[in-house]
Amino acid sequence: MAEEFRIVLRNLGKIDPLKIDDYINAGGYKALEKARSKSQMEVIEEIKKSGLRGRGGAGFNTGQKWLFAQRMEAENKFVVCNADEGEPGTYKDRIIMENDPHSVLEGMAICGHAIGAGKGYIYCRGEYPTLAETLKNAVAQAKEKGVLGDFDIEVRLGAGAYVCGEETALIESLEGHRGEPRYRPPYPPVSGLWAQPTIVNNVEIFANIAPIIEKGSAWFGSIGAAKFPGTKVLTLTGDVKNRTFIEVPTDTTVRDVIFKFGQGIAGDKKFKAVQIGGTSGGFIPEALLDTPIDFDSMRKAGATLGSGAVFVLDEDRDIVDVVTRIAKFFEHESCGKCAPCREGTMRTRGILEKINAGKGSKEDVALLEKLGRVMAGACLCGLGQAAPTPVITTINNFGIDYDAKLQ
Amino acid sequence: MANVTINGIKVTVPDHATILQAAEAAGVKVPTLCYHPDQAIKANCRICVCEVEGLALLQAACSTPVWDGMVVKTNSPAVLEARKTILELILAHHPQDCLNCIRNQNCELQSLAEAYQIRENPFEHMTRGLPKDRSTPSLVRDPDKCVLCRRCEYACSQFQSVNALGMENRGHHAMVVPSLGKDLLESPCVMCGQCIHACPVGAIHENEQIDEFLAAVADPEKIVVTQMAPAVRLAIGEEVGLATGDMDMHVLVGALKQIGFDYVLHTNFTADLTIIEEGHELLKRVKEGGKLPMFTSCSPGWINFCETYYPDLLDNLSTCKSPQQMFGALVKTYWAEKMQVDPAKIYSVSIMPCTAKKFEASRPEMNDSGYRDVDLVLTTRELGRLFRMAGLDFSKVVPGSFDSWMGAYTGAAVIFGATGGVMEAALRTVYEVVTGKTLADVNFTFARGMDGIKEAEIDLNGLKVKVAIAHGLANARQVMDQVRAGTSPYHFIEIMACPGGCIGGGGQPITKSNVKRAERIKAIYVEDEKLPLRKSHDNPEVQQLYKEFLHEPLGHKSHELLHTHYTPKNKKFF
Repeated sequence: MAEEFRIVLRNLGKIDPLKIDDYINAGGYKALEKARSKSQMEVIEEIKKSGLRGRGGAGFNTGQKWLFAQRMEAENKFVVCNADEGEPGTYKDRIIMENDPHSVLEGMAICGHAIGAGKGYIYCRGEYPTLAETLKNAVAQAKEKGVLGDFDIEVRLGAGAYVCGEETALIESLEGHRGEPRYRPPYPPVSGLWAQPTIVNNVEIFANIAPIIEKGSAWFGSIGAAKFPGTKVLTLTGDVKNRTFIEVPTDTTVRDVIFKFGQGIAGDKKFKAVQIGGTSGGFIPEALLDTPIDFDSMRKAGATLGSGAVFVLDEDRDIVDVVTRIAKFFEHESCGKCAPCREGTMRTRGILEKINAGKGSKEDVALLEKLGRVMAGACLCGLGQAAPTPVITTINNFGIDYDAKLQ
Repeated sequence: MANVTINGIKVTVPDHATILQAAEAAGVKVPTLCYHPDQAIKANCRICVCEVEGLALLQAACSTPVWDGMVVKTNSPAVLEARKTILELILAHHPQDCLNCIRNQNCELQSLAEAYQIRENPFEHMTRGLPKDRSTPSLVRDPDKCVLCRRCEYACSQFQSVNALGMENRGHHAMVVPSLGKDLLESPCVMCGQCIHACPVGAIHENEQIDEFLAAVADPEKIVVTQMAPAVRLAIGEEVGLATGDMDMHVLVGALKQIGFDYVLHTNFTADLTIIEEGHELLKRVKEGGKLPMFTSCSPGWINFCETYYPDLLDNLSTCKSPQQMFGALVKTYWAEKMQVDPAKIYSVSIMPCTAKKFEASRPEMNDSGYRDVDLVLTTRELGRLFRMAGLDFSKVVPGSFDSWMGAYTGAAVIFGATGGVMEAALRTVYEVVTGKTLADVNFTFARGMDGIKEAEIDLNGLKVKVAIAHGLANARQVMDQVRAGTSPYHFIEIMACPGGCIGGGGQPITKSNVKRAERIKAIYVEDEKLPLRKSHDNPEVQQLYKEFLHEPLGHKSHELLHTHYTPKNKKFF
């Protein structure tokens, strides 16, 4: 039977997040001290060996990413914490930062030491103003205590654009520009904030760093799925009985997440579908419920782990209606920079509305599929590339629901 | 170097090359829309996507660097599907009124639609339904046609540092808009028209005034007189199927008469006159301790820029009107007297490489002749359309001659069309005025070429004059900031708003790259070399003008007709 396993939520409920002493008494900032007694390469090697991988869209090895930035010779380097948690149904970064802000600061400072950066930014979602205060309080206390040494951290608020969760759009926004993604390469570890080598990692990644340094890569590597070790914080929403957040090892199956931690479907209805990873995630049918949540297994199933949002639908839900609403979201959140996303998200919404209203044809479904292929392959950033995923996965897995609405 | 395979063709390219460059080396044209050879990569249109072996996603050819051993397919089924779909998406949100469009047959989107056989578009046609912006006398913005390539925004902010255009809204509501204002007139726009050259479609263009010209020609009461700027001849051939610089001056004069001009005169005449007035103004400022450095004042986009961004330095501007406006003031006074015609009947048309000239002619202070000095300004492109409409076969056009009194010119006037030309022309005259000696070599080659800022120190018989030349307003800004800071070492600065000078003006045939600009500049010096007279003060008609009418440079009459003043724009955008 699967159990919760808390790494990033290690101090949840145990400390007062507004008091640095609580964090220190719980063993906080020891890992930073330990990291600073080691060379940059030793720290990076440890992170790399742990197998820690990005919790967002690409699942890239964190240590490897740091290595790219460490190797660069530059006037300045930056560490950026992506706390622009805009994915609907996701609030795991908020839980982490609300309850244990110093775990993020410590991870950032360790990264700063590893790559040779003197400055960090936390890009906090604009809709989290209270959280920004908590973070600022933590930074002030850490500075006062001197635990960060010469590593400086600044908290910046976003302005509500979903796309700013994309790392290059986030960087543009930090620079004071319109929040739009950049083309890549160059990737941020080579040329990021103000064209300097920059590591952008998510809140959850930074919260993992101190425990890895403290307990070692072997310990971390033994938890969860072999190729995507560690834990994942999931937020359960929709038609589950227990709408909550959990931190579980990455080899936990989707079925356990929904039926054990989520206690099954509300109202004792039947399960219909689950969307994992946020609004751009794929919809999984009953047949794939035994898939483990790790990055690679999910990808094989045509889904994504993404932000860890788990959105459950019961048998009465109208899938086409749900996907139409999602398409509206992407139309609204497309930044408008690249043509296939700007125009494609608008057309996807239009065609879906037509189908949803019972006026669509088989040709419309085929057009959605073509748009999906083109957007997934040709859009400039992850937003446009992933926007068709819910459409395509529902056409594939719940085609019958579409057919029922066609003329 | 990297070995790259493009559609099975092996090429070796530099390590930093992009797929687009590698494909070009392999003789494969990858289609583009947001790409511009003189601008930074944007990679936003996604038309140039290609398939790269080993990568799951398609890659934009314009932005993706090659690696050794890279295998690229530029026309695979996935690529063609993506390109065609993206084109369909863009076109479905575009007015598609190609037949009525000012860029018909000269549009990058239209060419792509042709090459990719866009026939039946699966996406429902819709437009944004936005109104045109006709707030300025120079430019018309048609935001409905915008494909959001952002090339105009780049030209305006990076080449020109004007920052009149920016982005608003997001998703399919995203728009290029004049910054911090409701329309272009309220924005810091200087009307240089460089955005027009940057635009791949017809989303911004000159305020077309061909109908006004045709109405004047049709009016038997009107005496339609034209002046033509030197940069026009260099480029007009491009509009009618000839090579750059290939239009013979006399054939051009003949053609102008055929389309209805009663008299053909030349702005070059007043360019020579400008040199006399401006040269003496410079010497006066140097000798009498006047405001220095002195800036040239021929380029109306530059004047707008100075009035907008450097209102504190307006006293440094030469008070000389531009050649166009000197001409306008003289044609309804001196020339009317000479021709014994009623100045009220004269309809003065200038043909200019410039969009800002349309604004300049409309300035309220430009009526010193007692009438509006210049009634109408047509751009080189509008002249091209007039020629095409008239159906002229230039191999058979009977050559003509300029009409009297204001048609003679020297090589010094011709080079006004290129960056550095006004400086070189001024030095040819100032040198001889100050030293009393004949110049052994009239070529001041430091002043030539496409370098953004050029400078030199000239020895005029012991009087050392430091000069600088800037073209493109971002370069001008550098020079101006130095003046504002009080660290400018110069006495005299030539500034042209447009990259390359007037030959690259906003009214010239659509010019996507600086390569074309350099070609036109080359042709301008060929013309200068061929002329028997190459110094402004040798112009016999200018000499006659002073003898009979103006009497002396900077004299009473000059002051009245040929000099002007400037007004801060007081635009509140900070």
